[in-house]
Amino acid sequence: MGASLTRAAQWTTASSGSTGKLEITPINESLLKDILHFVEQFGLRHPQEAAHVFEEPLQWTCTLVASDFNTDYDISHADVRSQENDGKGHPLLRLSPPTVAVGSFSQLSKLVQLAGDRGLTEVVACLEGMKLKAEGPEQAQDSEVKVQLFLLLQQLDNQLIKVGVRPWAVKNEVELLKGFCSEGNKRVLKSVRYTSDYEFSNGCRSPPWRQVHGEICYLVVEPCDKDPLHVTCSKAGVFLNQGLKQAAETEDIYTKTSDTYADLSMLLKSRSPHFAENFNIQERLPSTQKVQHVEPVGAEEQGQPQRSCKHQEKNAPKMARRQEHAVNTTSSKKKLEPSLKWKNLGLTAPFDEAEQKKPSKGSGKGRAGETQEKMLRSESKRKANFSLASLPAHQSSQRSKTEELFSESSSESEEDEEQPDRRPKSNMDLPSEYWQIQKLVKYLKRGDQTATVIALCCMMDFNLAQETCQMAIRDVGGLEVLINLLDTEEIRCQIGSLKILRKISQNSQIRRAIADLGGLQTMVKILDSPVVELKALAAETIANVARFRRARRTVRQYGGIKRLVELLDCAPDAATLSEEQEKEVEAARCGALALWSCSKSTRNKEAIRQAGGVPLLARLLKSPHENLLIPVVGTLQECASEGSYRVAIHSEGMVKDLVTNLNRDNEELQMHCASAIFKCAEEKQTRDLVRQYQGLKPLVSLLSKADNKQLLAATTGAIWKCSISIENVAKFQEYQTLDILVGLLTDQPEEVLVNVVGALGECAQGAANRVTIRKSGGIQPLVNLLTGTNQALLVNVTRAVGACAADLDTMAIIDKLDGVRLLWSLLKNPGVEVQASAAWAICPCIQNTKYAGEMVRSFVGGMELIVNLLKSTNKEVLASACAAITKIAIDKENLAVITDYGVVPMLANLTNTTDDRLRRHLAEAIAGCCMWVSNIESFGEVRAVAPLVRYLKSQDRAVHRATAEALFQLSKSPNNCITMHESGVVKPLLVMIGSTDDVLQEAAAGCLGNIRRLFLAYDKARYG
Amino acid sequence: MSSLNRKLIQNLAETISKQVKHFNKTEVECLIRLFNGLMGDVAASGRAVHGLDRGRFRSILHNTFGMTDDMLMDGVFRAFDKDNDSFVSVREWTEGLSVFLRGTLAEKIKYCFDVYDLNGDGFISREEMFHMLKNSLIRQLTEEDPDEGIKDLVEITVKKMDHDHDGRLSFIDFEKAVKEENLLLEAFGTCLPDAKSILVFEQQAFQDPSER
Repeated sequence: MGASLTRAAQWTTASSGSTGKLEITPINESLLKDILHFVEQFGLRHPQEAAHVFEEPLQWTCTLVASDFNTDYDISHADVRSQENDGKGHPLLRLSPPTVAVGSFSQLSKLVQLAGDRGLTEVVACLEGMKLKAEGPEQAQDSEVKVQLFLLLQQLDNQLIKVGVRPWAVKNEVELLKGFCSEGNKRVLKSVRYTSDYEFSNGCRSPPWRQVHGEICYLVVEPCDKDPLHVTCSKAGVFLNQGLKQAAETEDIYTKTSDTYADLSMLLKSRSPHFAENFNIQERLPSTQKVQHVEPVGAEEQGQPQRSCKHQEKNAPKMARRQEHAVNTTSSKKKLEPSLKWKNLGLTAPFDEAEQKKPSKGSGKGRAGETQEKMLRSESKRKANFSLASLPAHQSSQRSKTEELFSESSSESEEDEEQPDRRPKSNMDLPSEYWQIQKLVKYLKRGDQTATVIALCCMMDFNLAQETCQMAIRDVGGLEVLINLLDTEEIRCQIGSLKILRKISQNSQIRRAIADLGGLQTMVKILDSPVVELKALAAETIANVARFRRARRTVRQYGGIKRLVELLDCAPDAATLSEEQEKEVEAARCGALALWSCSKSTRNKEAIRQAGGVPLLARLLKSPHENLLIPVVGTLQECASEGSYRVAIHSEGMVKDLVTNLNRDNEELQMHCASAIFKCAEEKQTRDLVRQYQGLKPLVSLLSKADNKQLLAATTGAIWKCSISIENVAKFQEYQTLDILVGLLTDQPEEVLVNVVGALGECAQGAANRVTIRKSGGIQPLVNLLTGTNQALLVNVTRAVGACAADLDTMAIIDKLDGVRLLWSLLKNPGVEVQASAAWAICPCIQNTKYAGEMVRSFVGGMELIVNLLKSTNKEVLASACAAITKIAIDKENLAVITDYGVVPMLANLTNTTDDRLRRHLAEAIAGCCMWVSNIESFGEVRAVAPLVRYLKSQDRAVHRATAEALFQLSKSPNNCITMHESGVVKPLLVMIGSTDDVLQEAAAGCLGNIRRLFLAYDKARYG
Repeated sequence: MSSLNRKLIQNLAETISKQVKHFNKTEVECLIRLFNGLMGDVAASGRAVHGLDRGRFRSILHNTFGMTDDMLMDGVFRAFDKDNDSFVSVREWTEGLSVFLRGTLAEKIKYCFDVYDLNGDGFISREEMFHMLKNSLIRQLTEEDPDEGIKDLVEITVKKMDHDHDGRLSFIDFEKAVKEENLLLEAFGTCLPDAKSILVFEQQAFQDPSER
């Protein structure tokens, strides 16, 4: 099975990074579904064979966890063992997360059934595991059963193999590629032809003596950018041969001269960059049609593979055809499920229409008039790019959906994808600039370089920041000309054009148009120019254009990141610079600007790091030039959202420079520095370094610049994160930061408030600070903030209020302000983080209120709310709810109420968890609920006791303590004692009696005492 | 003869290199040799010569620096030939090349202005501009007045560069415009070599004589 899959399925190539990952392609998907189906049914259909034990178990990384398994398995902790075992007592299935080892087909098929929806993922993981070992269960083959099993697998193999290359598949693909040859300027290939016109009845074109080698036909493919390729299509795949020219009429012509590829297009993609680039474009557009078309037809099509899609074949992409292909060849009757990715493109227009619309769509924004369209046609070399652009330009709503699917995450909110296309309604209200610009563009088009430069210089004199001028340039087709000028060798024209583009690209519509016209690709190429000024201008324009996700991706895909990083390589340390150095510093500044824009995409951050950007940025950070520092720090703070950068920032010694720059008198720079510290101070080392380099004081003094809200948000953020370290809190105390922070609790935008409250929450962990906050009047505004809606703010406010509630006097104030009720109502907040944080905050409130029992009772439905939180799936919510229940249960009356709400079985339901934090609070809650005597028996009835005993194996001391207490309480019931004893509680408890922790010791001893007494009583009763 | 000749060249190089800004003595010596090489056959014919004549100079501009426009090549010749004797002497040759290859922006502005000032009256007039720009636009057959585009181009150029509004460009106007926007240095046609041909020329000219 392994061998055949290696061939049939498309493994990603080594170049894409990982070794041996299965690509998610339709062909693989359908293969996988077949395998899944096969495995699932195997246990039922061939029970005898299924029971056969593999010589070596299959192993892979599994997503299943202990809780997914049913009663046929022994579950201890996270480990799972099957009760079924091989002759020698080894279980046939062994799960010790995350790896699972399976020893027979029966187990394999059970596992797949258990996995349910995740079956496919499991199969992928299993196959990937197999690929690494390069062997499947084929080893088993001596006894009859083994032979039978082997045959069954062979059968599946054959079934799967059929999906490999077959004559008609080759034929279809050739037809498809021929379709691409004919499309004039847009063509992807020059020609594709067979070497022989004669086709045998079996569909092969190769001579019979070669057919026995599995060869189907020979092709000559002429790519646009390479010499003709001589290709052999065989059943095993597609590869290059010697070709007739080189080896005259000997068998040598059949000699394989390349690797084997799964199909023709993959071979061509690897041989011809032009093909690879354009094929993907072609592939994207019409495919939606195709898939939607295939879907309803489904299995019916089996008999007549080409019937219904002939007219589409020409443009039908490989993808869709393969899917159909899979339906035809596999024997299963399941429906074809096209990947949702394509569905979402949602092209519903009839196929032909979409095809014809393309040119007009290509003209960007519709009705700019015929002249423009004509001009576009003449610019043939851009055609391919237009076709790429046409879909997004026309259907931006669909585009945004698909972009989400395709593209990487972005740390900054995307700029508005759809902007109303503003243009003058008629010629009457066109401004005079419009006509002047139109004239200049005419000269640009018709002029030689001298006239072009004059026209460019005159164009620069217009107010290019004004939207009318920007739109005028675009509407008269100036963008196309400007971008074309970038492709010339004339440096002065390139410079002039970039000087204009750099200004007009401030406009978001222009940015999109530039990207649509392929301007980014050209500008990335210009970054290789030897002329520094030119590079700087190109980088600056890229910085403007790359404000939206697609542009950023384009820059990365065309190798722009690496080149931009190279621009950073200059030596700007000297305060005075020569003219040449000044130019280099300017180029570095522009490079950093462009990287700053690009770094808003996660993958670009990674690309910058891989291109060696971090040390260069670190060096530039020491520069004395503020205008260079701003984009450098901007890039760093943007990238600091990634852990790798945060580590690099303190390991490369950048914290010191960030602190230094914090002291410069430039608010923008200060803001970015503070923001970088904000993000980096997640790491403890960074927090310590900020303190060591005396960075805390400047941060505090920046709080006085309360008018600049962005600066304030960054500064308070940095203070918040820094205050996670207690040593820093001490410093802040010294600088009287808390008073200032409390002052910032009112009349500030939310992004500031979140950070201020976060900082207060951290500081309030110390008792002295709680008093300070109370005394400076911080409680009232904090409690007021509990009524907000911002999730991040609520999480921080609840945390801060909870921390303050630890102080008795403060608690009195909170109670007076009705803060507990507000906290309680936040339990109904949809955000799980808010729920958890509110529940945590409630705990100290109950603890420190005098008549807590009454207070809790006064909240109508409050206790029911808390108990219902135990139904949550979020571990933090569960843990916090358990903690709150522990506090509520202190009051007997309330304990009775929550018992009525069924707290006992709900707690028991959670006992199987492996999360130590939850275990601890759960055990405490159980101990608390045992104060209601009948609950002790109830916990035994709902089987909560045995799982608790297992907690004693945990590594966490706090879990031991809580568990021992719970067990002590539970041991007051004889039945529970028996269960505990059976679960082996004695041994671990004996060890814990020796603990230095008094509470633990006492509880363990108490529990053992109860068990012992029971047995004594039993003995007494029996033997009297 | 040859040792005497070398001595002469060295002396000449010594004096010239003191007056020329951007070349050192060896480089000047190389340029003199090159000049003599270009003069070679004329000197051999025995006639009395003052330097490179217009035709010879233009062929160098054309072959080495890829210039094509006759009018501009004449302009370059005029800018080199400071004493207006229709010959570029060895001194004018080195001085001219100093600006041509390595000039500062200020020097280049002066040089370009000289090239564009076709009649040498110290102003670039509309007519001169028209002459220099007349081939810079591709003519369209449909146009009624084929020169209309050129005339308009001249107008917008004057509008942009003529700061004192006297309808023509003085050196001050030109200098100011170029300093504002460097791209306007060669506003009326290419008269300076590009980086690549400078590199090629310098490589050839300044090769160590012993290597030849």
